[in-house]
Amino acid sequence: MFRFLLPLATAALLLFGQAAHALTADAARAMASGDTDERIAALAKATATPDAATAAFVQAMSDDAVKITPQHVIVMKDDKGFDAATGAEVPVPEDAEDIVNNNRMRGAFEGTLASLKLLSRDKAERAAAIAALREESDESRLPVIDQALVAETDAGLKTQLQSIRARIQLSSSDATQRAAAAAELGHSASPATRTLLIEQMKQEDNPAAKAAMQQALSAVEGRLVWGERLAALFSGISLGSILLLVALGLAITYGLMGVINMAHGELMMIGAYATYVVQGLFQKYLPGAFDFYLVAAVPVAFLASALVGAALERGVIRFLYGRPLETLLATWGISLMLQQLVRSLFGAQNVGVENPAWMSGGLQLMENLQLPWNRLVIVGFAFAVLGAMAWLIGRTRLGLFVRGVTQNRPIASCMGVNTARIDTYAFALGSGIAGLAGCALSQIGNVGPDLGQGYIVDAFMVVVLGGVGQLAGTVYAALGLGVLNKLLEGWTGAVLAKIAVLVFIIVFIQKRPQGIFAMKGRSAEA
Amino acid sequence: MNHSILPQRAPLLSTPGWSAFFAALLVVCALVPVLHLATPADSVFHMSEYMVALVGKIMCYAIVALAMDLIWGYTGILSLGHGLYFALGGYAMGMYLMRQIGRDGNYKSDLPDFMVFLDWKTLPWHWSLSDSFVATLFLIVLVPGLVAFVFGYFAFRSRIKGVYFSIITQAMTFAAMLLFFRNETGFGGNNGFTDFKRILGLPIATQGMRMTLFVMTGCTLLLFFLLSRWLVASKFGRVLQAIRDAETRVMFSGYKPLPYKLTIWVISAVMCGVAGALYVPQVGIINPSEMSTSASIEMAIWAAVGGRATLVGPIIGAFVVNGAKSWLTVVAPEYWLYFLGALFIVVTLFMPDGIVGLCKRLLGRSAKTASAVQQSAAREEGQLPDAPVAPATGGAA
Repeated sequence: MFRFLLPLATAALLLFGQAAHALTADAARAMASGDTDERIAALAKATATPDAATAAFVQAMSDDAVKITPQHVIVMKDDKGFDAATGAEVPVPEDAEDIVNNNRMRGAFEGTLASLKLLSRDKAERAAAIAALREESDESRLPVIDQALVAETDAGLKTQLQSIRARIQLSSSDATQRAAAAAELGHSASPATRTLLIEQMKQEDNPAAKAAMQQALSAVEGRLVWGERLAALFSGISLGSILLLVALGLAITYGLMGVINMAHGELMMIGAYATYVVQGLFQKYLPGAFDFYLVAAVPVAFLASALVGAALERGVIRFLYGRPLETLLATWGISLMLQQLVRSLFGAQNVGVENPAWMSGGLQLMENLQLPWNRLVIVGFAFAVLGAMAWLIGRTRLGLFVRGVTQNRPIASCMGVNTARIDTYAFALGSGIAGLAGCALSQIGNVGPDLGQGYIVDAFMVVVLGGVGQLAGTVYAALGLGVLNKLLEGWTGAVLAKIAVLVFIIVFIQKRPQGIFAMKGRSAEA
Repeated sequence: MNHSILPQRAPLLSTPGWSAFFAALLVVCALVPVLHLATPADSVFHMSEYMVALVGKIMCYAIVALAMDLIWGYTGILSLGHGLYFALGGYAMGMYLMRQIGRDGNYKSDLPDFMVFLDWKTLPWHWSLSDSFVATLFLIVLVPGLVAFVFGYFAFRSRIKGVYFSIITQAMTFAAMLLFFRNETGFGGNNGFTDFKRILGLPIATQGMRMTLFVMTGCTLLLFFLLSRWLVASKFGRVLQAIRDAETRVMFSGYKPLPYKLTIWVISAVMCGVAGALYVPQVGIINPSEMSTSASIEMAIWAAVGGRATLVGPIIGAFVVNGAKSWLTVVAPEYWLYFLGALFIVVTLFMPDGIVGLCKRLLGRSAKTASAVQQSAAREEGQLPDAPVAPATGGAA
């Protein structure tokens, strides 16, 4: 309601405060009554010489606050009637008719009001009006826009106005004007301009104008192409970093330990649900600190999945070492049970996990290149996890033991390493990283009992493609597949891209059965 | 069993084996039809339509389990993509059944309903053979067989083994599922094919047709069992088992594993395709969910539950698991996944030889051959060179 009342009030103030009444009674009547085409023509005519009274009147019409009597066109305000042209108070007779506005009329009001607001003194209002006129291509707006261009002081808004002007001129009836407009539009770098140019070129029959448009189009496309390339690259890296997160834990459990953990996806799901629970706790007990719930959710997700992983290792997997195909079946069973457990606890529906406020929005780098914060955060997070894991495996005592046990269990055991415990730690670590992946996924996708199923095939593809037991291979494979997928997607669509990637992997494994980086030595005989 | 080193042809079936075979044949061809058709509905001996449909469906699954046993139990190749071959056979049959609907669909068009819905004017090229039953019979065999041949040729030629092979079969099936989910590939997308009306011009939903399909499925299962039995008892089957146990040594002995593996892989795929084709008219629907990862993994569990490398075991496994599924999803739907999950774990941990192995152990018979098979399989699968041998079979060397 306020949206309408506030401008009405200011407009009414202008109406009565200013002496300059360019709005005539005839013009007001023409705008308020008659058939739609005539009224729109009258609106266009009136806005060609804009003034505050016209603005207020149009606003009143769009708020359904105008009545008509044979003598007057009356603007209603607080149950009192004012003559639209003179602004004097007039009595409202019983038989005064409301004006009838159909949808087309309302659309015309909106456009008109926006173009009138171009002259507003308030910069924000002008910016809003310019934004509203972006898609406009009605030639009758030109005088107003020209007027606004003269008055406009802000450089950014001025450029936008110029491009709106060029857009309108592009559909002008005069071919030279169209060509000039095309030249003007050639300086733009927005996808909307490209669409407009392509649309107009289809209808264009004047060769000179067409050539100008063609030239402008290639200029715009030249500018857009980089934004698009970078956008595709970024979404590829973003997908790649998700694959990396998903596959990192698997690189430990499968790559190092040789356990085909089909429950990996469900461990991710546990991480995502842990995030959901932490979010709920923050909403309930710490609503003030809600924006930081994710900081608490990361370790919780890690621990929850790691504990479940440790329990699985102790309970089932330790009996199956060295029999990868049987770990596959047993962990598949575990995954089914975990899914059902989550269904029983949280319901079969997806649960809602919200982004904290600081993760919404994005980083606008170019007109057509915006990097969403949540994606950026996940890319950073993936590499942080990767770094931490590389450090843990490569630099710590635990990592040394893990490597020792996976390379030569009996010798490690002879050296006094408690191999059973190291197995548990390593499996818990892999599971915990799955939990971290789940925590990250909860910020960009649905959290439900099927969350893990969607990623398990991808995760195995990444690890196998990278070469089992090779962290570096996992990184290259994840990022490579992510970027490849997104590049193909721009070309063939999402599903076909996915199929193409799977076929690519199948063919690639034919050529290099051990992945990108084949592990050397006897333990690679899987 | 004969352990002579000299090749000696084992009998196809022992005397009790033949007796059991003919008993099964009798049940399928005589007892079930009589119980279903000739007994009154309220009699205790009456076999309801639901039961006939269920057993018919499970017999299709048993064929798949048998195929899994040939490739996994006897050759040591775990396929996680047999759902694809099953679905390919099913879709070939489904296309024929869709064409048999004729103008009786919702849109009264010559084209199947979903094509009318998509505003297609002509049949796509790959539907051109679908109105001929004979061509369909060929397609049911040829399509899964050809796909398996191409995939298997490249995979086995590159000597992809073990887990890698399992995972790329999974990728292949996943890719196919995504493809079949799409509307423009012309397979009915998400919904697949359903609402069949006729087969060979005869109405499909009659008692007689149901019984015919049931008997056909049963006989196919028994024939495939005999074929599999003959295969594994032959020299060919012995080579397969040798490949499973020590592929490198087989190569050193002068055998090329590729044609052996490829042959059994294609046979196994064709069996799945036939099973799919028998499944579709009985169940009345085929859609891409048959190609999901979980469907294919479940197929492996049927074989594992019954007992690998026994042929009879996987058939039993298919009946036990699917019987339990039908029962549990009615009685306590939320417990079905717990049960299935627990089954996966229990079988791998405690019953490496499945139900058949368990029975043998319980009957006190030394399951010497089975455990020898099991042990060498475990060694072959072992990723770590020093992997401990499966505890259940550790002492039986």
